[in-house]
Parts: sequence; C-alpha cells; structure tokens
Amino acid sequence: MVKASSRWTNLAFQLLAIVLALAFTSLVMILAKADPLEAYRNIVVGSVGSVNKFSDVLVAWVPLLLATSGLLVTYTAGLWNIGVEGQITLGAIFTTWALRVLQDSTLSPGLIIVIGFLSGALGGMLWASVVAFLKIYGGVNEIFGGLGMNFVATALTIWLIFGPWKRPGIGSMSGTEPFKEALWLPTFTGLRISPWSLVVGIVGIAVIYLLLQGTYFGLKLKAVGRNRRAAFLLGIPTTQYMWAAFLLCGLFAGLAGAVQVLGVYHRLIPSISSGYGFLGMLVAMLINYQPTWAAPVALFFAALNIGSIQLPIVMKLDSTLSGVLQGALVLAVLLMDGVRQRILRRR
Amino acid sequence: MDTALVIGIAGILASAAPIVFAAIGETIIERAGVINLSVNGAILLTAMAGFAVAVTTGSVVLGLLTGAVIGALVALVVAFASITLKQSQVAVGFVLALLCRDLAYFLGNPYMGLSGPRLPHLPIPGLANIPVLGTIFFQHDLMTYLSFVLIVLAYIYIFRTRPGLMLQGIGERPAAAYVRGANVNLLRYVYTVVGGALIGLAGPMYSLSVKAGWKGTISGLDGIGWIALALTIFGGWNPLRAALGAYFFAFLQWLGLVLQPSLPNIPSQVLQVAPFPLMILTLLLVNVGNAEWVDRTLAGLPEQTRHAIARILRAMRTSPPAALGVPFEKE
Repeated sequence: MVKASSRWTNLAFQLLAIVLALAFTSLVMILAKADPLEAYRNIVVGSVGSVNKFSDVLVAWVPLLLATSGLLVTYTAGLWNIGVEGQITLGAIFTTWALRVLQDSTLSPGLIIVIGFLSGALGGMLWASVVAFLKIYGGVNEIFGGLGMNFVATALTIWLIFGPWKRPGIGSMSGTEPFKEALWLPTFTGLRISPWSLVVGIVGIAVIYLLLQGTYFGLKLKAVGRNRRAAFLLGIPTTQYMWAAFLLCGLFAGLAGAVQVLGVYHRLIPSISSGYGFLGMLVAMLINYQPTWAAPVALFFAALNIGSIQLPIVMKLDSTLSGVLQGALVLAVLLMDGVRQRILRRR
Repeated sequence: MDTALVIGIAGILASAAPIVFAAIGETIIERAGVINLSVNGAILLTAMAGFAVAVTTGSVVLGLLTGAVIGALVALVVAFASITLKQSQVAVGFVLALLCRDLAYFLGNPYMGLSGPRLPHLPIPGLANIPVLGTIFFQHDLMTYLSFVLIVLAYIYIFRTRPGLMLQGIGERPAAAYVRGANVNLLRYVYTVVGGALIGLAGPMYSLSVKAGWKGTISGLDGIGWIALALTIFGGWNPLRAALGAYFFAFLQWLGLVLQPSLPNIPSQVLQVAPFPLMILTLLLVNVGNAEWVDRTLAGLPEQTRHAIARILRAMRTSPPAALGVPFEKE
C-alpha cells in the first residue's frame, strides 16, 4: 500500500514540475511580448502537424537517442561525459573522411556507407579515449577534459571546412562539398527520414537497455557508479569499467555523428552535432538515468526542437524557446524531486 | 618600450577583467564547498540583460546592477537546489548553464545589434600620465580598476581574516566549523549568492565594455564561463593564481589576434580556441600529482630523481576544498 501511494505522489510531483516549467516558459514569452498559447500551438503544428513534419522529428530523434543511449552508460558509471558534443563531431569528421577517401573507389555504395558508420564510431571512441585518459591517468575531471575537447573538435571542423576540405573555389560556413546521392542513406519516398537511421537508433537503445538492465557488466558498472572505492574493494576492475563506459559512449556519439553526415546533411557543416550531445544530457537527467523512458522522452525533445524551427518566421520569436522549455522542464523536475524527498523525510 | 606592446598589455588587463570577476566569484563559491557549474549561462544571460537595461535606461550602472542581481539569483537557485533540496549540484548547475544560455538568446532577440552605452574610460589624474605604467594600469574603465582591487581584497579576505578562515573551514571541514559555531548552510548560501553576484558582473562587463553590444549567438561569449571554471581549478582555489590564469588566457587570445595576419591559412576561429587545449594541459599539470600511478611510478625511481620530480609536482599541484560538492548534515 505504501508503495502504491508513493508512486502516486511521485506522479503528482512530476505533473506539478511540468506545470511549473510550462508556467515559467509562458512567463518568459509574456516578457518577450508573445502569446504563449499561440507559440505552443505553433510548436505542436510544426512537429506533428503533417507526415512531413513528423518525419523531420524522427530525423532529429535518431542522433539524440543515440547520444542519450551512450550517455546512459557513462552516467551509470558515475561519469559526467560533457565531451559527448565533441565525440559526435569527431564521429561526423571521421565519417566524412572515410567517404572522401572511398567515394571514387570501386566499392559498392552500400559498403562505403557501412565503412562510414564504422569510421564514425571509431572517431567518437578516439575522442572519448582522450577524455578517459586525462581522467584516469591525469586526474583531470572529465567535465573539463570533455569541455576542452569539445572546443578543439569545433575548431578542427572549421579548419577542415575552410582548409583541406574546402569546396572548389572558396570555403564557406555552408560546409564541405555534398557527397553524390548514391552515398546518402536511402529515405522513405518523399520524406527526409531513412529507415536505416531508425534501425540504428532503435537497435542502439535496445542494446543499451539490455546491457544495463540484463547483464553482469551493467550491474558492475552500476556498482562503480555508486561507489567506486567499494566496487574496487569488491574486486571489480574499476579502471577497466571506466574505460569501457567512456569508449561505449564515444561509440554511440560517433554513430550519431555518422547519422548526421550520412542521413541528414550529406556533408560536414560547422555545427554538425546540432547540440544533440548536451540535449542528450538533459534527456538522461529527465529520465533519471534509466533507459526505459529514453526513446519517448527523446522523441518529445526532438519534437520541441523541430516544432520551434518555424517560430522565427511565424511569430518573430527566437527558436531557442525549445531550449528554454527543455531546460525549465529538467530544472523543475530536479527541484520537485528535491521537494518531494524533503517532505517525505519530514514525516 | 614599444607603444603597440604597451597598449597590448593594457588591452589584456582590460579584457581579462570580466574573467577575473567570474573566476574569483566561482573561487569563493567553491571555497565554501559548493560547485556552481552555471557560470557559462549566467555570463551570457547577464551580458544580455545588462545590455538590455543599459540600452533602455541609458544607465551603465543600472546595467551592471542588473547583472549582479541576476547572477545572484541564478546562484541562489543552485544553492537552494543543492543545500536545501540536496539535489546533485553538478546536475542543477549544468541545466542552469544551458537554460540561462537559451534564455539569453531568446529574450535578447530584440536587442541584437543595437548600439548602447559603454563604460566610460576614467584615466586617473596624475597617475595616467606616467610613461608606460600609466598606460598599462591607469587609463581603464571603473570595472577594470575594480578587478585589480577584487584580486587583492579576495586574497586578503580568504587568507588573512577570521571570516575568511571560517569560509575555508566550511569548505574543508564543515563539521569542525559547525562545532565552532558556524551556521554552515547559511554561510554557504551567503557565499554562493555573493560569488554569483560577482559572476553576474562579468556579463555586463562584456556587453558594456570589452565586447560592447549584444549579438546573440555570435557575441563570442559562449565558452568564457567554462574557462572561468577551469581557471578556478588551475588557480588552486586561490584568487591570486586564478587571476594570473585569467591574464594568461587573455594574453593567449590577444596573441591569436596578433598572429592572425601572419597565418592566413588558419581561420580565426581556430586560433581563438587555442587557449582551450592549453587549459587542458595546465589542468593536467596541476592535477597529475594527485594521480595514483604517479606515486607508484615515483616509488620505483632512484631517490634523488624522485625527490626532484616530487618537488616539482608538489609546487604545481592543487587540491580542491575537501568538502567540495558534499552536502552538510548536522547529524
């Protein structure tokens, strides 16, 4: 009986958090002299108003879900892998690199795309291993190592776009020369979403779910995350587990970058990660680092992102409104969780 | 001395001033045992809000005050969530970093590209005319002068006064400080809010002086807050060392600008991030002494080499306040 009632109070506090976040975001809009209801309506219409719009939501959902999946592993190990942004970027760079090398070869396009995915995964793992190395052997907190590597990744992208990989003529912020259409991930007719990216995303979260919930590896990783010292004393090789967590997260982030290149932009652009790394961290916090709700919450966040794209055109509002709502939501959930625990302790 | 160099040095001191404020603000917060990761978002939000208020009212003082108040409020959320509600400080700070950034871009939209008031230069009569030194130190705006004062005041306060000793105490051994009569959680609230106000001044210092105006995502301020956080560690939670780090960072940025014409093949964005890998390297240097494998490796070396290396590592090494990020419970 106690269990059931605490589940209901949980739910009540979460609903309250959502109401608070919506109220805060509405207040922000009133400050900007905009009609909140109109804005929410535009976001809904812009995300699920048509098959086309919803397919765009799925286009954003896949890389966000991949980033979230990877982050669930590092979070479980008690690590704050803020470097995930850079890991996505490096995945995109490595995929672009592989495609540039192989595009004129005699290999079949399908094989080149597969190699592109593998290279992307490798790039993400490479970038993650730098952060892991700094953390494990250099004592540099992964938050700062990761942030530094994010900036380096951005600089590397811009240097490549304006330097060695610039378009014939002059390099520009629009990115590198697009690949030929044979190297694009095939999409559903008339839509922008590829069934293959959906497969990668869904298989990705399924693997992470099974890994974290159904294996000894997942269980031991949790032990490392809860109390590294105790885990070590119990005979878990904590260093290896931390390495594994970083590399797995890098792998998934790299795949997200590969999807961005192969399935979305078909070239390297300056902001290729689209902020999905940081957004994935918000999603992971919102679902309390448990994989069960990753897919639907990531879908909701992707819908907010896509839905707010048309705000600048329709209402002359900045599209970062989606970020305000997402941030407010996570903050409100964290605060409400704290309030709930405080009230329960009082009793 | 070469005039270009003198003006360059003066420029470095001025452009480092906001980073000095932010890094010292964070140093004070972390000395009290609280991690505040929201700095980057707070600087962007206060830069936008301070600029908006200054444009609307025509008063730079009100712009600065707005920044301080908003910075204090953001820090108050971190304090409330972590001290009262016992939520993860890192999580709340990170969410606030993103939320404040997006709020800045969203609410700052109407103010993009407007021209606004700037902090006036206040050459100090008499001192400003001293050759070389006058140009370097005495021809700045008010906030740059205050940044010099802040470094000295913060250092003296933390290391030479009784309340400063208590500040160190609540970050190092909160239980001992509590026994000595300190209200640990109240003090943590106070220092977090004070530090937040200092961080909040950094924003308008950019938008009203160092990088005047508000240009949305291309304002070039995104990332400064993370640098300030890294400087706090690099500085070993010592305002003097943190300020030195801030000047070093400003020097590197200036060097990037100066070198730009002679390196036409490298886009300017690449040189602008050069300080970040260097920052990782310095963090590595100050942290590596704390790593276990170093002790193990050192133990295998001949005695004299071991002592020499250990001495170098100890000189560079910094360790955080012992109770940093740990909530305090009276029981």
